[in-house]
Amino acid sequence: MSTVRLLVGTRKGAFILTSDGKRKQWDVNGPHFGGWEMYHLKGSPADPNRLYASQTSSWFGQVIQRSDDGGKTWNAPGTKPEDLMGPDGMPKGVSNMFLYDTSAETGRPLTTHQWYDGTQKPWEFKRVWHLEPSLTDPDTVYAGVEDAALFRSTDGGRSWHELAGLREVKGNLWQPGAGGMCLHTIMLDRKNPQRIFIAISAAGVFRTDDGGKTWRPANKGLKSQYELPDPDAEVGHCVHRIAMHPSRPNVLFMQKHWDVLRSDDAGESWHEISGNLPTDFGFPIDVHAHEPETIYVVPIKSDSEHFPPDGKLRVYRSRTGGNEWEALTNGLPQRDCYVNVLRDAMAVDSLDPCGLYFGTTGGQVYGSANGGDSWAPIVRDLPAVYSVEVQTLP
Amino acid sequence: MIRVVLPAHLRTLARIDGEVKLDVEGQVTQRSVLDALESRYPMLRGTIRDHVTQKRRPFLRFFACEQDLSHESPDAPLPDAIATGTEPLLIVGAIAGG
Repeated sequence: MSTVRLLVGTRKGAFILTSDGKRKQWDVNGPHFGGWEMYHLKGSPADPNRLYASQTSSWFGQVIQRSDDGGKTWNAPGTKPEDLMGPDGMPKGVSNMFLYDTSAETGRPLTTHQWYDGTQKPWEFKRVWHLEPSLTDPDTVYAGVEDAALFRSTDGGRSWHELAGLREVKGNLWQPGAGGMCLHTIMLDRKNPQRIFIAISAAGVFRTDDGGKTWRPANKGLKSQYELPDPDAEVGHCVHRIAMHPSRPNVLFMQKHWDVLRSDDAGESWHEISGNLPTDFGFPIDVHAHEPETIYVVPIKSDSEHFPPDGKLRVYRSRTGGNEWEALTNGLPQRDCYVNVLRDAMAVDSLDPCGLYFGTTGGQVYGSANGGDSWAPIVRDLPAVYSVEVQTLP
Repeated sequence: MIRVVLPAHLRTLARIDGEVKLDVEGQVTQRSVLDALESRYPMLRGTIRDHVTQKRRPFLRFFACEQDLSHESPDAPLPDAIATGTEPLLIVGAIAGG
């Protein structure tokens, strides 16, 4: 029987939750890296026991961790005991070095972006928000960082190189959202290895068709009348999350700061699909594993009140690719609930029926083994959940 | 032999129990001690001082012999008691956050 493994990043450590394919009984393992902020963990599709994790701290900065045994043991890449005594001498210890590439050959000048007070501020690395392993090579992994940029490692996380062309796309107009100027979503296209979508708060969606050398904005149709002086600006939109079904990489879904949208042309244009949602503010959005027109969001009351409307935690599902939404409430608290669900804290497994999972800022991780029809808490009292990823293992 | 005491999180990261004991070539300064520490424990690079600028991370302090040496030059000689191993260099996480 299949196994499901959830990788949960929290404000004070990482947790690994495992279950068999029934998804009724769960084993909770952790905390790993207790006390550290674990922004994101994700497994390689090419080698599910290869996991990458972003470990951060205001005191000690960024650390990248890697596991080669499904999360039983972890090392900063290049510092396993055998690496420390290896024939190549001591490692350089650069697995946590994220330098913006200003080289003449591949880089761009260290330019500036907008700051909260309207002045320009030079790019400054703060942390890794999201790690996206390659679909085919366990040693290749992308990192989305704050201040917003995309890095790639091709040596299993030992060293990182910025794909600097992204900063060139009107980067002077990008600005931090309340959480910082973060590159939080990286989507790889199974059908076209040269194409990558990324999303930044608050800059928008960008697409490359040449493996990351050059980029262009993909924000046509987004309207941000409350956030931007020009609601239709080419860049500057506060995109919270984008999602796609792997079988249809030209169809994208977006939870913007306000508004839920879709694109049917690989981001060339977007149109709103908020429909009958009680509020179209929110953070995560995800797609059913087997039904590409079935999508999920978690409506949040507003950008000034980061909790669900009416104290009711409700996932909304559309089976029609948007516009027509139904509330999924069975098993979720329907009174006095004032948690948030962050952008990277929802995931779907690939079993049938499809499983859904999300974590809250209140430390609960909820799971559904039937596409969202009913829910149950897997664990209730973790630290605030930053991210949830799921692996479906044979 | 130079003695260094690290914050708990960095001891965990480097898999160290208790104090670190280091041999330091030449003059004993913040820089030479940290160079020796990072050479022995490469996973600590970037966690105490910036990879490139070599500046101390803002929430860390360097204490020794009941003095705060955080704002001393990284190339200033450390007190004799550190150089002789009588006292440890304390790398301390600032009290901040919740």
